[in-house]
Amino acid sequence: MNSLRSTEQSNKTGVISAVTVHSSRRKSDKLVPLLMLLPSVAAIAIFVYGFIAWTGYVSLSEWNTLVTDFSFAGLDNYKFLFQDFRFQSDLRNTLMFTVLFILGAMVIGLFLAVMVDRKVRGEAFFRNIFIFPMALSFVVTGVVWQWILNPTTGINLILKSIGVNNVPNWFVSTDIVPKIHVGQIEFGLPVAIISVALAAIWQMSGFAMAMYLAGLRGIPDDLREAARVDGASERQVLQKVILPQLRPITMSLIIILAHISLKIFDLVYAMTGPGAMFVTDVPGVYMFETTFRGNHYAQGAGIAIIMLLLVSLLIVPYLVSNMRKGEG
Amino acid sequence: MKRKFSVILSAIFLLSMVLTACGGNSNSDASPSQSSSPPASTPAETTPASTEPASPEPAEQGDKKVEIFSWWTGAGEEAGLLALIDLFKQKQPDIEVINAAVAGGAGTNAKAVLASRMQGGDPPSAFQVHGGAELNTGWVAADKVSPLNDLYDQEGWKDKFPKDLIDMVSKDGNIYSVPVNIHRGNVIFYNKKIFDDNGLKAPTTFEEFFKVADALQAKGITPLALGDKEPWTATMLFENVLLGELGAEDYKKLWTGEIAFDDARVVKSLETFKKMLTYVNKDHAARNWQDAAQLVAKGEAAMNNMGDWAKGYFTTDLKLTADKDFGWVASPGSTGTFMVVTDTFALPKESKDQATAKEFLKVLGSVEGQDVFNPLKGSIPARVDADASKYDVYGKATIEDFKKSKLTPSMAHGSAAPEGFTTQANQAINIFVTQGNVEQTAKALKQAQESNGMKK
Repeated sequence: MNSLRSTEQSNKTGVISAVTVHSSRRKSDKLVPLLMLLPSVAAIAIFVYGFIAWTGYVSLSEWNTLVTDFSFAGLDNYKFLFQDFRFQSDLRNTLMFTVLFILGAMVIGLFLAVMVDRKVRGEAFFRNIFIFPMALSFVVTGVVWQWILNPTTGINLILKSIGVNNVPNWFVSTDIVPKIHVGQIEFGLPVAIISVALAAIWQMSGFAMAMYLAGLRGIPDDLREAARVDGASERQVLQKVILPQLRPITMSLIIILAHISLKIFDLVYAMTGPGAMFVTDVPGVYMFETTFRGNHYAQGAGIAIIMLLLVSLLIVPYLVSNMRKGEG
Repeated sequence: MKRKFSVILSAIFLLSMVLTACGGNSNSDASPSQSSSPPASTPAETTPASTEPASPEPAEQGDKKVEIFSWWTGAGEEAGLLALIDLFKQKQPDIEVINAAVAGGAGTNAKAVLASRMQGGDPPSAFQVHGGAELNTGWVAADKVSPLNDLYDQEGWKDKFPKDLIDMVSKDGNIYSVPVNIHRGNVIFYNKKIFDDNGLKAPTTFEEFFKVADALQAKGITPLALGDKEPWTATMLFENVLLGELGAEDYKKLWTGEIAFDDARVVKSLETFKKMLTYVNKDHAARNWQDAAQLVAKGEAAMNNMGDWAKGYFTTDLKLTADKDFGWVASPGSTGTFMVVTDTFALPKESKDQATAKEFLKVLGSVEGQDVFNPLKGSIPARVDADASKYDVYGKATIEDFKKSKLTPSMAHGSAAPEGFTTQANQAINIFVTQGNVEQTAKALKQAQESNGMKK
């Protein structure tokens, strides 16, 4: 009896288990990758998004001394920042620096890539030379360019020896052109920021070249040949065939360079510091000094959040468009 | 088979989830930036490290240790610190010393590390802090340091340090730190050769200063060297002008709010400061303080206002002789006052072994300790009864001045006002150096004074 019942049962369970195995395998197929991803998702959730939320929370607090004080301050820290001479200067400088840096690095990078793509002898040699500055740290670049552009020593000695009397003041200049009074500051291009952009362009145009070179190599020769057969001049080939195909590369490049430039800290800190009248100050430097020199933790957190928002203004549309493409 | 595998896998994941969750919890319980503290300081790691080599000795001895936190990593200062630690080891061979110095950023990096360690409940045994506001409005206000009155009574220190100095490290009758060295901030270093060649005398008043400056400029020599790539040097020059215009007593009242920053004399100081700035080298924004001092050393500029760490730079790095190659004088209008920049050591309240830490502070505050440290660092001792014969000609003269002068705290170095005020003052002065807008700067300083709670 017993054995019969047990076999019956096992038969039943066998059927059931066969069914469950089938469905549970399907479930586990979905579950396993999910579990696989969970630890890293959890880590990122805590250590990236958790701390972003924490920074946001601190930025709304009164914690502006060594004594931790989490009483709610509303938007006071942000109000202070947007009325602050230094922060307004920072926003202007970041904007100007970003425009100069991206344009400079892209134009020079594209030029170098087109040149190197001409199948010149020793192509690898040139490629390496141009990309090498990227191997340096921004701090090194900053120190070196600070020496090069020092108005009393540096490159000005060479300029003077070849007869240029009106040597530029480089990063020491406090000129802003044109001077349009906005808020507390004069809006315009601070001449000193050109020097900083120059150093950054020097470092990153090799990277832009590498990206463009990859793009150029991805364009099949048939296309160029076809255009040439159709009677297009070399310039037309470049303008009408090659450049349009490089658009996705340009997009990626802008995103990568822009997020470097919006967060820039080390280059400026090593090269010029905040500069006279904050002509070369950037939010990163201000955040560091406010938080760790002035012990104004809440204000520092406010600057960090604003920097994050600036970068996300650029990154989020890019991510959204990428996601749409991924789905489609 | 596959099913078993996936069960094992999910078990591993669950386990790892629990583990990561635990890690996350313990991390968020402690300070978020705790990870930035040097690993040597976490108890879990130091205990095995210290007991293992000490195993042949009785276990008790390995337990006593003192961790000294500072930003002394530069040439002279590190030598001084190591000599001090050696002296302590001779006196207390049973106590292990951990030198937790953090390099870089003129103490900025160290202060950031210290702040996260203190907030995370993992403080060192004793830490370096500038006497004055940096101590009082910072750590004392945060209730993070222990009072040291008993130590002062026990060692009889109360009449061994100048009263003004003890006041600087005290709040509401409690003394909170032990000063180890003194630097002077209101010094003008000048190139002796330039002054002798032109028959000039070092200026002691603003009137004399501008006369001398005009004479020098007429000869094509830059009268005043300034290197304000880091804005604090300009702030220092300004605070010395304030001291010269207001005098010691009223200068101190600025920091308590008894005199507001839109006072007529502050405005006059700004005017004087502005006039002084017309005599500085053109590339001041590209230079740091060493570069500016170098102008004087090379004879390209005549004078430089800097703290007397510049003396160490002149004698040690540039191999100049005091009183021969360069001379010094108190900044205009400030003869008889002494702008104090003092490094002191305080004892965190949450530090575990307070008695052992006090043993270190005893050595730090002793005549022997101060005389072993200061000649190497190039500063003068904070005690009035130290052995002057161990110091060079500049040191000897400064030790005498220190005894006789009225002591005033330096704002640029965090002794006079909260760090928040100093940051904003640096900003206002940085703008002023270029724009020269007296009214706006006075307003900005007054605003900073109010927003940082410097009231009556």
